[in-house]
Amino acid sequence: MMSQSSVEPVVRARNVQRRFGERMVLGGIDLELKPGEFVALLGPSGCGKSTFLRALAALDPHTTGEIQVPAQKAMVFQEPRLLPWKRVWRNVTLGVSGDTHTVRENAHRALEEVGLAQRRDAWPLTLSGGEAQRVALARALVRNPKLLLLDEPFGALDALTRIRMHSLLAQLWQRHRPAVLLVTHDVDEAILLADRAVVLSGARVGTPGAAEGNVIVADLVIDLPAPRRRRDPRFTELRRTLLAHLGVADDDELDPTAPDSRETAEQRGGRLDTPAPNHSTLDAVGAE
Amino acid sequence: MRRVLGPLGLLLAWQLASSSGLVSPRVLAAPSTVLGTAWQLLSTGELQNHLLVSLDRVARGLGIGLSVGLLLAIPAGLFRLCEDLLDPPLQMLRTLPVLALVPLFILWFGIGETPKVALVALGTLFPVYLNTYAGIRSIDNKLIEAASTMGLGRLGLIVHVILPGALPQALVGLRYSLGVAWLILVVSEQINATAGIGYMMTNAREFMRTDIIVVGLVVYSLLGLATDGLVRLVERRVLNWRVAFAGR
Repeated sequence: MMSQSSVEPVVRARNVQRRFGERMVLGGIDLELKPGEFVALLGPSGCGKSTFLRALAALDPHTTGEIQVPAQKAMVFQEPRLLPWKRVWRNVTLGVSGDTHTVRENAHRALEEVGLAQRRDAWPLTLSGGEAQRVALARALVRNPKLLLLDEPFGALDALTRIRMHSLLAQLWQRHRPAVLLVTHDVDEAILLADRAVVLSGARVGTPGAAEGNVIVADLVIDLPAPRRRRDPRFTELRRTLLAHLGVADDDELDPTAPDSRETAEQRGGRLDTPAPNHSTLDAVGAE
Repeated sequence: MRRVLGPLGLLLAWQLASSSGLVSPRVLAAPSTVLGTAWQLLSTGELQNHLLVSLDRVARGLGIGLSVGLLLAIPAGLFRLCEDLLDPPLQMLRTLPVLALVPLFILWFGIGETPKVALVALGTLFPVYLNTYAGIRSIDNKLIEAASTMGLGRLGLIVHVILPGALPQALVGLRYSLGVAWLILVVSEQINATAGIGYMMTNAREFMRTDIIVVGLVVYSLLGLATDGLVRLVERRVLNWRVAFAGR
């Protein structure tokens, strides 16, 4: 399903392999990203999606295969990984060369974009988890990346902060248009944010990848219109498809975060193969 | 306020014991006598003289010890090869009680200033080496990884990540070193010295002047307190980014 357009891809990975001792984790990954494309990389835990991202970030010298990435790239990890001994704005400008005044101005602008201008002189250890992760985003942004690598960047945040971070990331991507590769295990996050979802196989016995490493098993275009809603039937459909590729049955009916979970459950009542437990409790939690 | 009552009471008891003749001045001089002697030593400039000599020895020994300690710890911390070459011999030498080297140092360096400075240097080297090395090795690899994706080269990583990250532990080493420095000074100044606080005390022993000995003890402890306070001040300045547990 790779695009055949005339635009030169900004990322080109061919037959990327990685072995940990006896165990082959990545069994030859081929992936291309067009400039400005937002791709979500999904897969069960341990399937090597972070390994692949680290290979693209040149953090793993033991990967084989052909990898072309732009020099202007930035990465955001699951933890903010800020240097505690540097003030927020100094963390943002870490490794950025140039005239001090300009560099500082750029840092302030990036911090403004993530809504943290007032915390620019703070020490990182005084920030909340969400704030620290926004600094990490600003630190990536200030480099004007052509490629933004995100390794489960919202995985450690609470649900409310995560929702805010989703819209912030969408905004920043709209404004700066880097190519994004987002590693996540959250299918909803992938459908909410990405143009394309790529699924890696899991290393389970009897599936491809058990012996010869994981490969891409699905590459789906997500062309939902801009404000994406979970209640959109196409959203549900994509979700079901992706979950099927991940080898998981859709738990939508039981999902307390779905705003219309009761309706859906009632409508589909007959098709539920598991009895929905404690519906009232779930609704109370899920009420927006 | 309550916290000074204990020491004051002790001082009072000491004074009473001395004044009543319970404790002979040959055993321990009265606090009042000690105070008078201190004043006398100060007004003749004798105490300042000895103090300067002692400070000079510590400063030189510490300067050498700290520099060499850092010079060994940084490469050993940064590079495996240096670690394999440097760490085993240093770990072996570390177990030597430095003061047991006094006879050897006298044979090597004579009885002048050199053996005294050398002893202080050797004694202060190890705490700085061990702590700086451990500090470098305790830095979270995730930070180094993140910083290297930010385009920092080897030198940038050392300057921005590794050295500042090792600093808290290195300062702990510095505090240990200062403590050790005074300890070694006390011993080495009582051997073949012609000046210094230790010499002043040894000399006083000859004349059974316990008052001068006590003055020397007080000076030593004040010096220890002062240097420790200095390092704490430095810590508060350069480690102000930490929001560490401050006790309850």
